[in-house]
Amino acid sequence: MEGAPLIRIDNVTKVYHAGEVEVRALAGVSLDVEAGEFVAIMGASGSGKSTLMHLIGCLDRPTSGRYFLEGREVSGLNRNALAEVRNRTMGFVFQSFNLLARTSAVENVELPLVYSGVPAAERRRRAIEALRQIGLGDRLDHHPGQMSGGQQQRVAIARALVGGPRLLLADEPTGNLDSRTSGEVMALLRGLSEAGLTVVLVTHAPDIATWTSRVLQLKDGLIVSDERRAPIAAPQPAPAGAIGVRP
Amino acid sequence: MSPWSVLRLAFRALGRNTMRSFLTALGIIIGVGAFIAMVVIGEGAKARVEEAFSSMGTNLLIVQQGSSSQRGVFGGFGSQPTLTWDDLKAIQTELPSVRHAAPQLRTTTSVVSEEQNWTTSVTGVTPEYFEIRNWPVTSGVSFTPSDMDAATKVVLLGQTVVERLYGTGADAVGQMVRIKGMPFQVTGVMARKGQSPMGQDYDDAVFIPVSTYRSKIQGGLNNYLHGSIFVGAFSPEETSRTESDLRNLLRERHHLSGEVDDDFQVRNLTEIASAQEAGTKTLTTLLASIAAVSLVVGGIGIMNIMLVSVTERTREIGVRMAVGAKPRHILAQFLAEALSLSVMGGVTGAVLGLFSAWRLAAQFGWPMLVRPGIVALALGFSGLVGVVFGLYPAQRASRLDPIEALRYE
Ligand SMILES: Nc1ncnc2c1ncn2[C@@H]1O[C@H](COP(=O)(O)OP(=O)(O)OP(=O)(O)O)[C@@H](O)[C@H]1O
Ligand SMILES: [Mg+2]
Repeated sequence: MEGAPLIRIDNVTKVYHAGEVEVRALAGVSLDVEAGEFVAIMGASGSGKSTLMHLIGCLDRPTSGRYFLEGREVSGLNRNALAEVRNRTMGFVFQSFNLLARTSAVENVELPLVYSGVPAAERRRRAIEALRQIGLGDRLDHHPGQMSGGQQQRVAIARALVGGPRLLLADEPTGNLDSRTSGEVMALLRGLSEAGLTVVLVTHAPDIATWTSRVLQLKDGLIVSDERRAPIAAPQPAPAGAIGVRP
Repeated sequence: MSPWSVLRLAFRALGRNTMRSFLTALGIIIGVGAFIAMVVIGEGAKARVEEAFSSMGTNLLIVQQGSSSQRGVFGGFGSQPTLTWDDLKAIQTELPSVRHAAPQLRTTTSVVSEEQNWTTSVTGVTPEYFEIRNWPVTSGVSFTPSDMDAATKVVLLGQTVVERLYGTGADAVGQMVRIKGMPFQVTGVMARKGQSPMGQDYDDAVFIPVSTYRSKIQGGLNNYLHGSIFVGAFSPEETSRTESDLRNLLRERHHLSGEVDDDFQVRNLTEIASAQEAGTKTLTTLLASIAAVSLVVGGIGIMNIMLVSVTERTREIGVRMAVGAKPRHILAQFLAEALSLSVMGGVTGAVLGLFSAWRLAAQFGWPMLVRPGIVALALGFSGLVGVVFGLYPAQRASRLDPIEALRYE
């Protein structure tokens, strides 16, 4: 749809039932994210950051409200359709990397392409390309256990990018990394954003948020502030360049 | 995902845990191995029984002296002659269900060649006897009608007797032997017949015309037939009809009315053989069913390990779903693992089963009969076991919630 924002979330709630108690993880959130934005979601623990992220990532469905992705409503889709949306549109980066153990970097990166039906040779070629661009061309056959946390997270980013997503979602991507490695990962994400990729990340750390162009504050399942500003942190030379990013 | 890449993925996952995969497949290996070994050995045993009985003669019935109820009391049937030569003639001429009927009179005595002497069974028969017993003369000739009429002193030797008197491979035709002091000319040698189901050596015998036997070897009451009557029916299916025809005829001829027991016995070899075969078959079926049960137990082992594996790999499942795996992809992945386990187990089991059947068959001297259908059945069944017992764990995996799976510690 021409002119529609990449993400439009309209009064979305998410209610969990934990035994007798109802937990309103999201209490009515409305949000537009334009293509190319670099958004940080902040807030206290339990404020609903991950819940919002999962909804944006089509890993879950809202209890009420509507969600439009690229102008198309996705809130009512079934599991198969959601899987396809994730496969075609999203790239995920997790705090704990979530790479497949005892599986080489290349094979980890290939994974999304396996499910989009890319032939094996093409898959391999694109995975190697993605790893090269992220500076891990010499670690193709290394297993996660043979790599540092920063390297693992970069493999995870390569995996998120290999399918050419519209949207990169990162839930505390630097949570398990030291500050220097965190800086490297953030610089990478910033480079991707500058190349036109839309990035949404969840973080606790204010200095991480300074890399972004928009900061949302969540409290008890509601957005309590929404700040757009120029990123403060000095842009470092982006090691990644534009990796399979669709503008 | 192509079936090929699903399979590759399954093999890689199984290869990560070789020992566990092997132990899991062991149930199937043993089940399939035992099943195939049992069936193959059972068929070999059955063929062996069949072979033994068919070597006795085809569609054979034997009429013997004395009643079956007297046997225990008087110790040994045939002791009181009740069958007459007229009975034989009546059987030959009056019963359309009888193809051949021949007398068999026998005694044990020594047969003496120039250099050797050997105690064996000397048997008086007619040429039809060899028809009934399906026992040809390999070298030389059988009895001629004039031999029968003139009671000439000719003899046919069994293979064992040839070996004892003249040595292995010697040509005995034309030689003279002495039986009870009288010279007999060897006109032929019988084909090798082997052993009876009870282990008696058929080839340890010599045959002379029954007329010669009656006049030269064993005198006695002329009317009575001091031996048995061998009867050949037309087909195995007809042996029971022939049996009742024989019984009716002899009861009538012996004037046995109503309640009186038979004073003769009719033994139906075809029926004895099929009873034996049925026994072997029952045993085979029983053992094969036990093996099949162990296959099912093997399947439960697969299910158990697959459930463990799904739990262990919950996070992997979450990651796969996050990057776009649909439930059916996850289902296919775990089903393929279960199926590969069971089919590989099945193939290994089949090889082991065939090998042990071969070893056992060699040991017992049984033929090794492998019907491809049996191997296919066992492999198909192991595949089915994999699918049936792999389905539940695979479904559990495919129904996981991606978020919960990703969070799983
Ligand atoms: N599956 C669930 N069942 C029940 N309650 C849940 C579930 N997932 C989240 N919640 C609740 O929803 C609320 C929001 O959780 P969420 O994970 O979004 O918080 P968060 O902002 O990401 O916190 P953190 O910074 O600790 O990761 C919390 O109160 C949490 O307990
Ligand atoms: Mg969280």
